[in-house]
Amino acid sequence: MSTTDTDTAADKAAGASAEERELGAAGSQLSTAPSEEISLPSLGVLGWARWFWRQLTSMRVALLLLFLLSLGAIPGSLIPQTSIDALKVQTFKDKHPTLTPIYEKLQLFNVYSSVWFSAIYILLFISLIGCIVPRTWQFIGQLRGRPPGAPRRLTRLPAYTTWRTEAEPEQVLRAAQRIMKGRRFRTESSGDAVAAEKGYLREVGNLLFHVALIVLLVSFAAGQLWKFEGSKLVVEGDGFSNSLVQYDDRKSGQLFNSDDLAPFGFQLDRFTATYERSGPQMRTPRTFNADVTYWDGADGAERKTRIKVNEPLEIAGYKVYLLNHGYAPVVTVRDGKGEIAYKGPVAGLPIDGANLTESMVIKVPDYRNKAGKKDQIAFQGQFLPTWVRSQGMFSVFPALDNPTLVLTAYHGSLGIDGGTPQSVYQLDKSRMKQFMESDGTSKYARALAVGDTMKLPNGAGSLKFEGVKEWASFQISHKPGTEGALIGAVAALVGLAASLFIQRRRVWVRAVTGKDGTTVVEMAGLGRSESAKLPEELADLAVRLQADAPPATEPEPERQPEPEPEAQSAPESENESENESEKESAPESENESPESDGEPASDSGPVAGGTDPADPSEGAHA
Amino acid sequence: MNLAAEVNETLANYSNVLIYSAMAVYTLAFLAHIAEWVFGSRSAVGRTAAAITVEAADRPRAQVTVQTGGNTAEKGGTAVLERPKVVTRSAAGSRDVPDGPGAAGGSEQGDVYGRIAVGLTVLAFLFHAAGVLARALSVQRAPWGNMYEFSTTFAMVAVATYFTLLALKKNVRWIGLPLVTTVLLDLGLAVSVLYTDSDQLVPALHSYWLWIHVSCAIISGAALYIGAVSTLLYLFRDRYEAQLEDPEGKQPGRFASSVLERVPSAASLDKFAYRINATIFPLWTFTIIAGAIWAEAAWGRYWGWDPKEVWTFITWVAYACYLHARATAGWKGRKAAYLALIAFGCYLFNYYGVNIFVTGKHSYAGV
Ligand code: HEM
Repeated sequence: MSTTDTDTAADKAAGASAEERELGAAGSQLSTAPSEEISLPSLGVLGWARWFWRQLTSMRVALLLLFLLSLGAIPGSLIPQTSIDALKVQTFKDKHPTLTPIYEKLQLFNVYSSVWFSAIYILLFISLIGCIVPRTWQFIGQLRGRPPGAPRRLTRLPAYTTWRTEAEPEQVLRAAQRIMKGRRFRTESSGDAVAAEKGYLREVGNLLFHVALIVLLVSFAAGQLWKFEGSKLVVEGDGFSNSLVQYDDRKSGQLFNSDDLAPFGFQLDRFTATYERSGPQMRTPRTFNADVTYWDGADGAERKTRIKVNEPLEIAGYKVYLLNHGYAPVVTVRDGKGEIAYKGPVAGLPIDGANLTESMVIKVPDYRNKAGKKDQIAFQGQFLPTWVRSQGMFSVFPALDNPTLVLTAYHGSLGIDGGTPQSVYQLDKSRMKQFMESDGTSKYARALAVGDTMKLPNGAGSLKFEGVKEWASFQISHKPGTEGALIGAVAALVGLAASLFIQRRRVWVRAVTGKDGTTVVEMAGLGRSESAKLPEELADLAVRLQADAPPATEPEPERQPEPEPEAQSAPESENESENESEKESAPESENESPESDGEPASDSGPVAGGTDPADPSEGAHA
Repeated sequence: MNLAAEVNETLANYSNVLIYSAMAVYTLAFLAHIAEWVFGSRSAVGRTAAAITVEAADRPRAQVTVQTGGNTAEKGGTAVLERPKVVTRSAAGSRDVPDGPGAAGGSEQGDVYGRIAVGLTVLAFLFHAAGVLARALSVQRAPWGNMYEFSTTFAMVAVATYFTLLALKKNVRWIGLPLVTTVLLDLGLAVSVLYTDSDQLVPALHSYWLWIHVSCAIISGAALYIGAVSTLLYLFRDRYEAQLEDPEGKQPGRFASSVLERVPSAASLDKFAYRINATIFPLWTFTIIAGAIWAEAAWGRYWGWDPKEVWTFITWVAYACYLHARATAGWKGRKAAYLALIAFGCYLFNYYGVNIFVTGKHSYAGV
C-alpha cells in the first residue's frame, strides 16, 4: 500500500508498485527510508563512486552489515579473549598448537578489536551516517512542505467512509479542518478537499534512534581511548594514593596521559566477609564490606565510607571497586642475632577459590645469621583460614575458624638485588638452600597457630605468627564517555519507542455537491501500515464531523457489495499513474464520488486486518 | 553468622510441591488441548475449512462487520460505528485469506475441550505462580537467581503473556497447545536437570538491578517466545496457503491440512508475530541498558564482551535485522520470518547454551 519511497525519480526507475502509482503523491514520503535502487551504475569513476555510496547506504546493505555484525560477534564468545582472560588464552594456546597460528592470523583472540570486526562496524556506521543525513534533510523538507493533496479516488485508500449531508461543502470542509487541527493534525485545504497529516514524531523517533546509536558508539570509543584502569591490593590499615607507582598493575587507553591522574587516596580500615555456613552453597560468600577512609585532593578532608561489591566509591571521576579479598598473616621475623628483620602483614595469594587456602611467600632480604653475616632468608608455605588436621593441607572453610600458617624456610640469595622485577608471590629458589631438621635428612617445616613461633634450626632466627589481617584488592578505573553512553542509550530507547509505536498517517476529507443536490462527504485514511487504529481513528473523526455535517435523513439502502469493475481493472489504474498531473487531487473527482457511495468496499473485499501502528513491512514497497 | 536471610526450608518444599502440582495440571490441560484438536479435525466445519480457504482466496469475501469503539477491529473488514461505515482495504498483493476457525474447527465438543484446556491452564498457572512465589519468599529475593528459578519463572511469564493476550481478546487460543507443551518441557527440564536447592546469592548478584534487568529479560523472552511460535506457524501456514493457491502443484498432506486450515491466516500470524517482536524490541533494548548499568556498578565497566553480553548483543542485532528486513523490499515475508527465528534461537542459546557451555562472569549463577 503506502510507500516508503521518497525520491520520485528513483521511484520510477525502481518500478514502484501499481498501487503506489495509483495512489501517487498521496502516499509519498510517509517515511524517509532510502529507496531500493538496484540499477547498475553508469560508467565513469563518479558513477561508480555514487553507485557504491548508494549501495552502502541502502537498507539492503545495512541489513547485511547488521547480520555480519552479529555473526562476527559469535567467535569472540566461544574462543577465549585476551582482553578478558589472558590466562585462559594462554591455556588454550598450549592445548591447541595447530589452531593457534591460524587463530592468531584471524585475530580470533582479539575479536572485538580485530581489523575485520572493526571494518564491519565502521562500515555500518558510515552507512548509518549516510542514511541519517539525507533522511534528516528530507524530513525537514517534509516538515516545511504541506500534506499532499487528496488522491482522485479516495475509495482506493485503506480506510474509507462516506455519507451524504445537507450541509454545504464549504461548511463541511471548514468543520473538518477545525476538527483535525483540534486533534493536532497538520492540515491543508485545497479545492474540494482537506488534507491532514499526523505522527511526524515517528520519523523524529527513528532519526533520534539512529543518531543515538552514533552517540553511543562515539562514547564507547572515547571510553576505550582515554580509559585508565589499575588494581591495588591493600592490607587492613594500609593506604593507597593515586599515582602510577602505587598500582600493582594497570592498563590505559592509547590517549590517556598519566599526568592526568587525579590526586586522591584512601585507607582500608577494616574488611569483613561472611560466608554461607550450611546448605548446598556452603562457603559461598554472602557479604563483603570494605570500610575505608578516603580523601579527595592532596589535602582534602577525610571521610569514611563502606565499599561493597556492587557499590563502588566514586571519587574525582574515578571509581574504586572492591575486587577481591584474602588474608595477610602478620609475622615477626627475627634474625640470628635476635634482631627484628621483618615485622608486618604479608598478603597471601588465594589458590583455591572457595576456601581461601593461600600460598605464602615471606621474603626477608635484611637478615644476618648467627655470626652476624649478611644473608637472606625466605619462608614459603600456605596459610589455611580453617585447618582440620585430618583433611590435609587445604583449608576447609573460608572464614578464620582455625587459622594455621604452614611454612618451610630457605636461606641464600633471593635474587632481587639485580633489579629484575620479581613477583612477591613467587620465590626463586635457584640460589637458596632449604633449612633441614636437626636430623639432617628431613626438610624443616612447621604448622603455626596464632601466637606460635617457629625457631629456625641452629639458632638461625625465628618467625612468630602474630595474627591475621584481611586484605582487599581494588580496581580503580577512570572511563570517560560513560555519561555519553548512558545518554545515547536512553535517547535510543526513546527514539525507538517513538518510531515503533507512533504511526504516521494522513487523512483526507472531500465534500462535493452530488447529483441529488446533497453534499457527498468522503473521508479516507492512509498510514504507513495497515492499522486497526487507522479505521478507528477515521470513524472517530467522522463521528465528530457528523456533528457539523449530519447525515441526510433518508437512509441508504443496505445493498450487498457488487464488485465494481472499475475498481479491479489494473490497466485503468496504470493509465492514471502515467498521467502525473492527475495524481494530485483534482476537481474531476466530482463524478466519481457519488458512485462510490453505499458500500464501496466491494472494491477489493476484506483485509488482512488489524495491525500495529507502524508495521514497516506494510509501508515498504514491493 | 551471616547477615543474609536464612533459607526457609519449609517454603522451599512447598514451592517444589506446587511446581509439581502445576505440572500435573498442565498435563491435563495438554490432554484437553489434544482432545480439542482431535474433535476439531472431525468437525464438519473443520473438514470444509480448506475449501473455504481456497474460495476465499479467489473472490472478494463478504464484508465482516466489526464494531469499533469498544474494541479494535480485529480481523479485516469493516469497522462500524453508529453511522459511518469505515471500509478497509488490504495491501496490494497480499492474499485475502480468512483466519481459520481455531483449534476446535467449529466443533462444539472440541470447543468445550478447548475451554476446559484454558481453564485447566489457569488452574495450573495459579499453582505455578504460587510455587514461584513460595520460592521467592523462601530465599527472600527475586526468584531468578539460578537457571532452575529462571526457567520456572520464564514459563510462568510465558503463560501470563498468553492470558494477557487472551484477555485483550486477541486471537491467540490456537497457541494453547504449543504453549502448554513447551511449558511442560521447560518445567520438566527445570525440575530434573537444572534443579538447584533454594539458597542465597553471591554478593555480586545483590542489586536492585537484578530485579529490573532479569525481570525485563524474562518478560522479553516469554513474549518473544510467543512471537517465535507464531512466526514458525506462519511459515507452515504460508506454505500451505501457497500450495492451495496453486492447485497444479504439490498439495498439503491430510494431517497438515487438518492442522493448518484451522489456524489464523498467514498474514494474521505474520502481523501478530511482528507486533509482539516490535513491541518487545524496546524492552529488550532496555534490558541491555539495565544490564550495562548493573555491570558498571558491579564490575566497573558497562560493557566487557563477556559471553553473556555478547549473546545479548547478538540477539538484539538479530532482532534489529528482522525489523530492518521487514522494511526492505524483497526481504519481508518468509525471509524476515527466518531472521526472526534465528533471532529467537540466539535468545535461547544465550540462555541455555551460554550458561552451560561457556564460562564467563555471568556463569556464577549456578546451573
Ligand atoms: C547499528 C545499526 C542499526 C540498528 C541497530 C538499527 C536499528 C533499527 C531499528 C530497530 C529500526 C526499527 C524501527 C522501525 O521499524 O521503524 C530501524 C529502522 C530503520 N533503519 Fe536502522 N538500524 C541500524 C542501522 C541502519 C542503517 C545503517 C540504515 C541505513 C541504511 C538504517 C536505516 C533504517 C531505516 C530507513 C529505518 C526505518 C524503516 C522504516 O521506515 O520502516 N538503519 N533501524
